[in-house]
This record gives sequence, C-alpha cells and structure tokens, in this order.
Amino acid sequence: MAINTQALMAQLLVGLINGSFYALLSLGLAVIFGMLNIINFAHGALYMVGAFVAYFLLNLLGLNYWWALLISPIAVGVFGMILERAFLQWLTGLDHLYGLLLTFGLALIIQGLFQNYFGTSGLPYEMPDTLKGGTNLGFMFLPTYRAWVILFSLVVCLATWFVIEKTRLGAYLRAATENPTLVRAFGINVPRMITLTYGLGVGLAALAGVLSAPINQVRPLMGADLIIVVFAVVVIGGMGSIMGSIITGFMLGVIEGLTKYFYPEASNTVVFVLMLLVLLVKPTGLTGRAA
Amino acid sequence: MTSVTENAIPIANDRKSFDDQLIAFALMTAALIALPWIFYPYFVMQALCFALFACAFNLLIGYGGLLSFGHAMFMGTASYISAHTIKALGMPPEVGILAGTVTALLLSVATGWIAIRRQGIYFSMITLALSQLLYLVYTQAKFTHGEDGIQGVPHGMFLGLDLSNTPTLYYLILSFFLFGFLVIFRTINSPFGEVLKAIRENEQRAISLGYKTEQYKLLAFVLSGTLAGLAGAVKVLVAQNASLTDVHWSMSGEVVLMTLVGGLGTVFGPVVGAFVIVGMQQYLAPFGQWVTVIQGVIFVVCVLAFRRGIVGEIGHLLRRSF
Repeated sequence: MAINTQALMAQLLVGLINGSFYALLSLGLAVIFGMLNIINFAHGALYMVGAFVAYFLLNLLGLNYWWALLISPIAVGVFGMILERAFLQWLTGLDHLYGLLLTFGLALIIQGLFQNYFGTSGLPYEMPDTLKGGTNLGFMFLPTYRAWVILFSLVVCLATWFVIEKTRLGAYLRAATENPTLVRAFGINVPRMITLTYGLGVGLAALAGVLSAPINQVRPLMGADLIIVVFAVVVIGGMGSIMGSIITGFMLGVIEGLTKYFYPEASNTVVFVLMLLVLLVKPTGLTGRAA
Repeated sequence: MTSVTENAIPIANDRKSFDDQLIAFALMTAALIALPWIFYPYFVMQALCFALFACAFNLLIGYGGLLSFGHAMFMGTASYISAHTIKALGMPPEVGILAGTVTALLLSVATGWIAIRRQGIYFSMITLALSQLLYLVYTQAKFTHGEDGIQGVPHGMFLGLDLSNTPTLYYLILSFFLFGFLVIFRTINSPFGEVLKAIRENEQRAISLGYKTEQYKLLAFVLSGTLAGLAGAVKVLVAQNASLTDVHWSMSGEVVLMTLVGGLGTVFGPVVGAFVIVGMQQYLAPFGQWVTVIQGVIFVVCVLAFRRGIVGEIGHLLRRSF
C-alpha cells in the first residue's frame, strides 16, 4: 500500500489536535476526581460553555481571540466554583454515584438551555489573523493555527503538571487528596482548596473549548459526545497520575488520526475498541492504580 | 474507597414487608388492568415498556450497587434485532421478541464480562463507553437504516392473537411486563438476591466469606441486560419502529432518572418513576429542549434533597408512623 505522506501527515496533525483536547479534558477530570471524588459529567458541557464565551466576547463585546483565551477559562472557572459551592459540596461522604448523577443533571441543564437558544447547528468563530495561513515544510503543509493549538495545549498541560507535582501548592493539593482530615489539622483550608480545584479543572475544559472554536465551530452539543470519548481515555489511562493523563490523551489522539488514514470507518470507534482491549489485557488501566 | 453504607438505599426485608409487597403487587396489577380504560392505551403501553426497562436497571443498581450508564445498549439492540426480524425477515412477533431478547442476553454476557473488571465510577464509565461504541456501529450499519431507523414494523399475529386490536396488544404488553417484574421480584427475594445485597454493602467481606462476587455480579448484569432487552423488543410492538434514540446515551440517562425519581432499590419505585417521566415527556413535548432542562433539574433535586425517591419516601414515612 502506497503511503500518501501529505494525507497521512494531515491526519496525524488532526489526531494531535484531538489528542490535545483529550489531554486537557482528562487532566481536568483527573484533578477534580482526586480532590472531590467526583467524576465530573458536566465537563463536556463546560467545555462547550468555554467556546460560547469566546463567541460572545467576539460578537457582543468585540474582544478578540487572545482576550477569550484569558477571560473564558476564568469566567467558566468562577462559574464552576459557584456550582461547587451551590451543589457539589453537599455530596461529601455520599457514594460516588451521586456525584456522577448530579453532574449529569447539571450537564443536561446547561446543554438544554444552550440548545433552546442556539439550536443544534454550528456557529462559525473566526480564526485570529495572526494565526491564519501556514508553512510548507516540504513533506507537508502545516497550518499555523493547528500548530499553535498543539504547542499551547502542551505548554498548559506541562504547566499544570509542574504546579501539581513540583510546587508547594501542589504538595498541599496532593496531600489533601490522600488525607483531607490530616491536612485540615495542619491549618489548611481544604474546602476552599476543593472549590479552587474544581474551578481549575473546569477552567482547563473551557480553555480547550476556546482552542477548538475556530476549528470545530461552536455548537451546544459539541461537548456531549466528546466527554464520552474522554471517559474512555480516562479508563485507559487511569486517573492516578497527571502525566499519565497527558500522555494517554495525546497518544490516543494520534492513534485516532492514524486510523482515520488507514481505516476511516473505524476512526470514531477506535478509542472505545482500545478501551476494550486494555480492559481485557490489563483491567487496572495503563497507569495501573486499581479503583 | 468510601463505604457504601451512606447509600440511602434502604433494605427492609422481613416477612411483614414481603407480605406488604404482595398486597402492593396485587393493587398494581389491578390498577394496570383498569388503566387503559381511563388513559390513552398507547401511553400506558409505552410507560409499561419503560417501567420494565427501569425495573431491570434497578436490579443492577439497587441490589447490586452497580450504576450502569449504558443500559440503552440492551434496549436499543433488542429493539433493532426484533424490528429487523419482524419486518425484513418477515417473522411473526413472538420470534422477533425472542430474537431480540436472546441477542440482548448474549450482548450482556460479553459487555458484563468486561465491565465488571472495574468497580464504582469506572464501571459506569465503561458501560457508557461500550454503549456509545454500539451507537456508533449502529449509525453505520446497513440493517438499522441510519437516521431513519426501522419504520413501520407490522403488528402481525402473536401466537394466533391479532395485535392490531388495541386491547389484545395492551394485555399482551401487560403480561410481558408482569412476567419481567415477577422474575425480578423473585430474584431479589432469593438467596441469590441476598448475596447480591451483601456484595453491595461490603464486597470485601463477601469475598472473605467465600463468595465468588464476580460471578454474582455478572449474573445480575446478564439478568438485568436481558430483561432490558425484553423491554426493548416488546416496545417494537407498541411503537412499531426501532431507532437510534433507543441506543443513545440520553436513553441510558433517562432510565437512571426514572429509577432515581421512583426510588433506587425499591421494588415498585422504577414503575412509578417510569410513569412519571414518560407522562412528563408526553405533556411537555411541545416545549422542545425545555424537557431536557427539566430532566436535569429533577436529577439535581433528587440527588440533593430526595435520594429515597417517591416510593422510598412513602415507605420511610409509613415505617416511621407505625
């Protein structure tokens, strides 16, 4: 089989982009799960809200992409903290399943509201001028915006990893994940840390939303199917390690891209099939922490 | 792992409550025999199919403590197979229902075997991902006719009964529902059901007592998936179609909602919940996506303030006052 380098590289690029969304979203899920013991089903909905905030900023206030990249994660993060204070904090001590059900309800509310006003079709979001165009690398054409998304997501993921694994704040966070009562006894305000963690996690989702707006259009259900793929990513990688989430996310994106080239019919199911295989071979997931 | 004792899923299984349940069962049966003369029969039939679906789901969560977020795959698959067998292969409805239910059984053996390898939240995510996988397969498969679904499935003759006669159809559907309900009722009151509850309360201890918990969980999963399949196969006779809606994740969410509203781990809760939710969808249909928003609100309210559900709350009040 002759390999068309141009087409293969193009699909690999798309795969890396999807991989960066998987990484950003599963990273947020892992951080939230660590602190709140909740699987945040609203993650996809908040990713969508992130993209919509960018859309509103541009079309209502005339604030461009770069502002959106800054404001949207903060706005959604604050919204998430309000959700945590208003709803999620009451679930402490209850079985895991109630967190899943509550956040599923929140996702239905948020997605339903947006569908009421914006239907199901996509709204275009224009790419910033500085990121238009591309470079011809000889073996492939590299669109600037796509390169930017991959690079920027990678930087954000690594920065998050650095904060959690290498700083004092991250040490508190990891300690509170292991034993919240003991950390509180040391005089650290754990409930506030939990709220901030939830804000950080959904802020990352919103950031992914802004990054995807110029590529995928802005749709009320853009996060609904994505979150299920991200769940599969999380099952494959496990939520025990931050770096594990990042690597698994990018890796699965690449595999999906390759499938799109070699066997396009299976490209949207390949992640689920891989999840099946991983569960058959190594039920605890690749990073291996049982749960 | 947090313990599951905070679960708020009550168990009261002495002799007295068993007798109470038999009385409630008699009352429910009487009501369901009379109901089509009061309400639009198609509404009641649809609600009965969902009630069976919810009861099957409840067997897994309420008694096994396993939250499946992919139960639509059993209902939807059985729907498709049953509709295809009746319409495209020209078989009578009894063969269609059998084919759909058996397929759901095989599917639940395969998916259950994989999903029970993980517990808690991972189990939910795996079942959701598996059902999404099937959904994507069905969007591409030929026999499902993609977005159109399988439309206009003929009623036909069920073992000599003419199903185009509405009362005949109604009492057939009711018989299927009561059959499924009694299977579940028998299961939860059997030694097997007791072991299942023990696993839900404390799996480690059940293992230490020598129970092979994996086998119990798998059997519960298969039973639940098969009966959910039966509900889907029977639904074809009512709706006369099978479509992607029945396999979509939102259907998996709906069955969770029905069970939660009625009362997780109660015998009659899922039935009540199914009638409430199907009724709500019927009356709110003109409001479009607001139905989704309202469903979301019900989820939030139930989880925060109403974890026992309607039937659980009634049972709690009765127990307190006597």
